[in-house]
Amino acid sequence: MPLNIVVCVKQVPDSWAEKKLNEADKTLDRASADPVMNELDEYAIEEALRLQEAHGGQVTILCMGPEKAGETIRKALSMGADDAIHVVDDALHGSDAVATSAALAAALGTVECDLVILGSESTDARMSVIPAMLAERLQLPQMTFAKKVDADPEARTLTIQRQTDDGYDVVQSALPAVVSVVEKINEPRYPSFKGIMAAKKKPVAILTLTELALEPATVGLAGAWSGVNAFEQRPPRQAGTVVTDEGDGGTKIADYLVTQKFL
Amino acid sequence: MSAEILVLVEHTNGVVKKVSFELLTLAAKHGSPSAVIVGAGADQAVADVVRYGAAKVYVGNDAALTTSVVGPKVAILNQLVDSASPAAVLIPSTAEGKEIAGRLAVRSGSGVITDAVDIEDGIVAVQSVFGGSTIVRSSVTTGTPIITVRPNSTTPVEAAGAGEQVAVTAELAPSDTAAVITDHVVEAKGGRPELSEAATVVSGGRGVGSPEGFDVIEKLADSLDAAVGASRAATDSGFYPHQYQVGQTGKTVSPQLYIALGISGAIQHRAGMQTSKTIVAVNKDPEAPIFELADFGVVGDLFAVGPQLTQEIATRKG
Ligand SMILES: Cc1cc2nc3c(=O)[nH]c(=O)nc-3n(C[C@H](O)[C@H](O)[C@H](O)COP(=O)(O)OP(=O)(O)OC[C@H]3O[C@@H](n4cnc5c(N)ncnc54)[C@H](O)[C@@H]3O)c2cc1C
Ligand SMILES: Nc1ncnc2c1ncn2[C@@H]1O[C@H](COP(=O)(O)O)[C@@H](O)[C@H]1O
Repeated sequence: MPLNIVVCVKQVPDSWAEKKLNEADKTLDRASADPVMNELDEYAIEEALRLQEAHGGQVTILCMGPEKAGETIRKALSMGADDAIHVVDDALHGSDAVATSAALAAALGTVECDLVILGSESTDARMSVIPAMLAERLQLPQMTFAKKVDADPEARTLTIQRQTDDGYDVVQSALPAVVSVVEKINEPRYPSFKGIMAAKKKPVAILTLTELALEPATVGLAGAWSGVNAFEQRPPRQAGTVVTDEGDGGTKIADYLVTQKFL
Repeated sequence: MSAEILVLVEHTNGVVKKVSFELLTLAAKHGSPSAVIVGAGADQAVADVVRYGAAKVYVGNDAALTTSVVGPKVAILNQLVDSASPAAVLIPSTAEGKEIAGRLAVRSGSGVITDAVDIEDGIVAVQSVFGGSTIVRSSVTTGTPIITVRPNSTTPVEAAGAGEQVAVTAELAPSDTAAVITDHVVEAKGGRPELSEAATVVSGGRGVGSPEGFDVIEKLADSLDAAVGASRAATDSGFYPHQYQVGQTGKTVSPQLYIALGISGAIQHRAGMQTSKTIVAVNKDPEAPIFELADFGVVGDLFAVGPQLTQEIATRKG
């Protein structure tokens, strides 16, 4: 039986860049760093494509973000996804996690699917809450932090290994379900030349707040349920002492630890 | 009487994690601390949380509450948000803690802030973002402030609380129990303090070269009663298990002392350890970026410097 999958993909500033906040509205300054696909979402796409190879079905990309995020959607399509939904609306700028999850849940309401797969964290917000919030909003099983996913579309069941602090839990649920994946789950593929060419013709549906029946006042900066009051740059750490090992490097560290009362 | 502040207690079969005491101490500064203990062993945890100031202890002592992913804990907290109208809910900023906070925010119609390092008057959350380079102060403007707080952010202070016990049972929605935990597999190496809670962390990177090489890191860690960490290059190469990864996509640690051996100090690694109080680095490349944030650095071979340091510590500790 085929398995229809939606993968949530976010565009984020390159994690290699130094990030900063906008002075004006205290949101992330996205112009100061190159936008790229959230790295963990590549693992989510890869897992969806592997499940599709095993069971058949559609892989749809869902991305909420400004027009520029279209580039990230094309990359996801060139990896092999079939089509995409792009949620874009100026009123969404500055949305907090609660509002983001509302918009994503509304968009998921427009499609039939057996599985929603997400990365376990976006490298800009680093909140790691969207997958749990989607499970809550859609009233679906929360199958998160998966390092292994086994789906049985005939029996309509799902089994994952959920990563924990000291190992993993085996977790079972029915389908449909919300899954988030950790980076140990697989090795994401690179888009092939053929994939890049094919991606140009794949359909991308644009949804605005109107199509999602969401009030502009409930999302974006205006609708945020939490907000930044103030921010400040912390003075950079004082440069420390660096010595070269001349056979006494370990002793020198021990001496230092004594002066700092660690020993 | 000041408003209650709910603290979700993290425990394993009644053994309470240190972060819970930290959160009770923090809660006492801004209201009346109420501990919420859920799952098997909850009863055994009561005395400990009272020792750290819990004025009230909500106990959901039913093993069934921890056999589904997150849902039942959310249900209990949501009931308490309704019945106790707390000034805030504080939850440890762990992977699971953040998930609980996220669902609770949606269910209770509240704003959520994750990864706070302190709470100031008026329930203002202080966060350290972008690898510690920026300090942000935020507030929740709708509903009950739901805030996850990083381990090691406050020093826990013992202060006997009134400890009034209240039994709670959860009314569970079908989706609360839809993801069923059928097995718990432990892969961790026992005997060392937990990475996110440890006062000292000794980490190894690609420079350690092999799983066997981590012997040097483990011996040094044990001489300091430290937890062992690893860079992503080290976990990706299979030198050390993934759950010990420190950094952007691993654990965030904030120990008193962080010792990095054979780690270059890439921005994503720094994101997970930059708020450590004291940083010591050993790297054979004098240009390695880790030296920019090290309080004390040694340019040298970790296989020479590491064992010598372990030896010196043993000698000095007598
Ligand atoms: C989205 C994203 C998320 C990431 N998340 C994380 C994360 O959570 N944690 C993380 O750590 N990284 C993360 N990374 C990876 C990060 O960019 C670096 O690749 C990684 O931190 C490098 O690990 P390393 O310092 O051990 O290896 P390298 O950069 O290869 O450095 C090894 C160092 O060891 C030194 N060395 C070699 N041999 C010796 C010796 N015998 N004695 C002393 N020194 C020696 C070398 O001089 C070198 O400086 C992430 C990357 C991305 C893109
Ligand atoms: N704007 C967005 N559009 C699509 N997916 C998103 C968006 N924001 C977050 N996600 C998904 O949610 C995951 C966790 O993000 P976060 O909770 O922000 O750390 C990411 O890995 C994405 O899969």
